[in-house]
Amino acid sequence: MRKSDRFLLFLLGMLALLETARLHSLHRGRERAEEVRAMTAMARRLGLTDLALFTDARYARHPSQADRFAPFQDHPTSLEHFPSGSLVPPPPPPPTP
Amino acid sequence: MKRPRPPPWLERQRYLLDFTLSSLGRRKGKNLALAALYTLVVFGLASVLMFTQALRGEALRVLEGAPDVVVQRLVAGRHDLIPGDRVERLSRIRGVQEARGRLWGYYYDVSARANLTFLVPDRFWGKPGEVVIGEGVARTRLSRPGEPFPVLAADGEVVVLRVRETIPSSSELVSSDLVLLSEADFRKLFGVPPGLFTDVALTVPNAKEIATVATKIRGLMPDTRPITHAEIARTYEAILDWRSGLVVLVLAAALLSFGIVAWDKASGLSADERREIGILKAIGWDTSEVLTVKAWEGAVVSLSAFLLGLLLAYVHVFVTPAPLLAPVLKGWSTLYPDFRLTPTVNPFIVSTLFLLTVVPYTVATVVPAWRAATTDPDAVMRS
Repeated sequence: MRKSDRFLLFLLGMLALLETARLHSLHRGRERAEEVRAMTAMARRLGLTDLALFTDARYARHPSQADRFAPFQDHPTSLEHFPSGSLVPPPPPPPTP
Repeated sequence: MKRPRPPPWLERQRYLLDFTLSSLGRRKGKNLALAALYTLVVFGLASVLMFTQALRGEALRVLEGAPDVVVQRLVAGRHDLIPGDRVERLSRIRGVQEARGRLWGYYYDVSARANLTFLVPDRFWGKPGEVVIGEGVARTRLSRPGEPFPVLAADGEVVVLRVRETIPSSSELVSSDLVLLSEADFRKLFGVPPGLFTDVALTVPNAKEIATVATKIRGLMPDTRPITHAEIARTYEAILDWRSGLVVLVLAAALLSFGIVAWDKASGLSADERREIGILKAIGWDTSEVLTVKAWEGAVVSLSAFLLGLLLAYVHVFVTPAPLLAPVLKGWSTLYPDFRLTPTVNPFIVSTLFLLTVVPYTVATVVPAWRAATTDPDAVMRS
């Protein structure tokens, strides 16, 4: 077999695997839709405002409810203690009336 | 029967591709190392982009159930408990269907070294003395239904609650660290006097009125901070945006690596490569053929690395529990949700990655070859 044929076969194989990934994402998406609906219903029932992603710092657990100065709450120029603090920016400013 | 011959142009490209692959094979070690590094960069970049995009989509869908407005009371710039009479006043604002005082707070569990979120549901279905816990809490504290759940109260007394049930693990993304309990138990544990609440959640049926309601609240109660549903969504868009710390960090590293590779390529060819071009020109190849071979060379390396990196990233993020990204997100948390994301292959992300990786590399391969191919073969071979 020519080298170019082997390379084209490799490319076709990769594209077939990408298509498999796309079909997998559609299939998993349908399966997951029910779980997401259940989570939305739970958020509504319990009045949840945030994801339980970062539990190391209080202001990272509920970033949407945190004080605006949250990462610097100990004193104005304090260094950030928690690694997740570097991923969580301060909440957006309030809309101007 | 004679097989139809492919068009001459296609046949010519196949011969050029054959030659390119043989040429790459002569420097196998270097090219394999380059392709591996390239794959790694695409893998890292694609993993972060796919992960943050899927998480953002999930956050926005799940938080559609979040309250329309949350009203916090601020004292000396800090969040403070809000008196019950405010709940009544807030419910009288035009456009507000319901105002509900919420009770929730944090509890640092010394034994598990984890922050738990204690929350009183509107209608708690358990008996006093019982708690319903998230799967993460159950995992960290090794607590199962029916087992005791000791908690250190604000007055120093150890209160032994009992686990009624665990919240299904499929909702860990929002419930991993939750401990649901009755109002009486919450007030006893945290020493919150009756008539005071953590904050107030408002239901505003008409979404167009939410901003007006928030403005009215600021006017009526200047010591409060209303947080609207849109602000909650904006917070998550900002955290998981391409400008967020995680994405910028990886993006900067990836772009820097590409910059180095592109600079290395564009700054000149190796002596072997120059001699090869010189020989090809001397035996009669024209400049366009040399450039086509070089373009194929760039395309073979970058396309293979791009496709492989993209596939590996998909498997990493959506088939396995993203083992390389999870430690970054975990930070110092000892309690981290075990969750799977809804897979999404966004054409925008794929095309952005393609433009960021394949195109610059291929161009960077062709430019120095063009310079060498347009000079006299004798000079090229001698230089």
